[in-house]
Amino acid sequence: MLLEAPFTEKKIRALKVGDRVEISGLIFTGRDAAHKYLHDGGKPPVDLTDSIVYHCGPVVVREKGKWVVKAAGPTTSIREEPFQGPLMEQYKIRGVIGKGGMGPKTLEYCRKVGAVYFHAVGGAAQVLARKVVEVTGVHMADEFGSPEAIWEFRVERFPVVVTMDSHGNSLHEQVMKASQLKLAGGR
Amino acid sequence: METKLLQNNLLELIRRTSAELPADVVQAIERGARKETKDSTASYALDVIRDNIVLAKDASQPICQDTGTVIVYADLPSWCDERTFVGAFEKATAQATKKGYLRQNSVDSVTGRNSGNNLGPGSPSFHIHQGRGKSLRVRLILKGGGCENVSCQYSLPDTRLDAGRDLDGVYKCLMDATFQAQGKGCGPGILGVCIGGDRGAGYLAAKEALFRTLGDVNEDKALARLEKRVLSDGNNLGIGPMGFGGATTLLGVKITHRNRVPASFFVSVAYMCWAFRRQGFMLSESGKITRWLY
Ligand code: SF4
Repeated sequence: MLLEAPFTEKKIRALKVGDRVEISGLIFTGRDAAHKYLHDGGKPPVDLTDSIVYHCGPVVVREKGKWVVKAAGPTTSIREEPFQGPLMEQYKIRGVIGKGGMGPKTLEYCRKVGAVYFHAVGGAAQVLARKVVEVTGVHMADEFGSPEAIWEFRVERFPVVVTMDSHGNSLHEQVMKASQLKLAGGR
Repeated sequence: METKLLQNNLLELIRRTSAELPADVVQAIERGARKETKDSTASYALDVIRDNIVLAKDASQPICQDTGTVIVYADLPSWCDERTFVGAFEKATAQATKKGYLRQNSVDSVTGRNSGNNLGPGSPSFHIHQGRGKSLRVRLILKGGGCENVSCQYSLPDTRLDAGRDLDGVYKCLMDATFQAQGKGCGPGILGVCIGGDRGAGYLAAKEALFRTLGDVNEDKALARLEKRVLSDGNNLGIGPMGFGGATTLLGVKITHRNRVPASFFVSVAYMCWAFRRQGFMLSESGKITRWLY
């Protein structure tokens, strides 16, 4: 199904674990440096209201005076577990794209705030880079270095799977439990 | 050989490693895709992965943006000394970074500063052996952070796992490693494993085991059986690609061993993601690539 900006609470609340979604609109990248900066009280360089934040450290190069995204797959999300929930609440961030899923704290904030976790296919840097149709800006590149900078990506039909929804469900928890049973049974 | 020619060949090795998966890995992914239920999330994930492999190769771009730790194994012939090789490889690395084959991926662990060209203490990670052969053999793995973070080491006996100091104990460690990784290491994954050694040697040998192709069978019969068992039981855990649930959790298990001291028994696991960027070549003194290894 399609999800188009603006990413309102109503649209996000309608999503359920297992939904395959294609996102269109403006999204922002943010990794460890950006999350830590915001968590420490730094002023966001972009408006995060009803936004989607992408855990991604892209390869971006300058070609003929323009930024071109060469690779843009997701990075591991769990590193932001301490910061993500409170930041969702403070700035009304409606969605996070990443890989590997996040923990119970973020899941609880997803429920409270009305936000979801989107899982992109890890390592699919080329498929995903092609969904970035325009780079509209970059922030804090000097301070954080290129992969950690906050990039503004306009994406079209960016493919993800909802693995944590705003109703307390987590695919990661479900798969973990099922595989644990199999592991115990196999012993 | 002129250093410049050596450098160009090494640049081509880095480009190819970053942009093209070896045939054995592609085949294993295809096999996995055929096993998954149609229209499942698992099959969807593998489709995206397959598209990605094709796109990366066609465009000569990184398969994954985390171009990882650059792990280099070189067997030097008499005509090439270590300093020449390292110098040429470092230049090729900086060039590959500029061209976008490698991401700026090397960070000073004290200051947090990114060196911007993938050079710095321990970066690339060189493993060099001087020999007397005719050809220069270089092998390369690009290993990303996500899968490195789920790599792990066990010390047997392990009471939590009820694992003793035997192959059955090793089996329990490998099943646990697969379970603990879930989808976090961008599975379907490959386990490089070393039984024994000290902690350092164990991890190193576990990574080296990843240079074996996925199709080859361990010469040691007991280890060959263990590899098969872990591969099959690991897949039966149902973790699936990306941890979405599904039939393809592991693409391969490669086990080696090192002697240990009587007091220690380590099992070291190097988890590699589906983006298993491994390549190598043989280079003649005239600067010709005589063979690609994978
Ligand atoms: S684990 Fe592998 S596929 Fe996943 S992001 Fe890291 S390098 Fe890429």
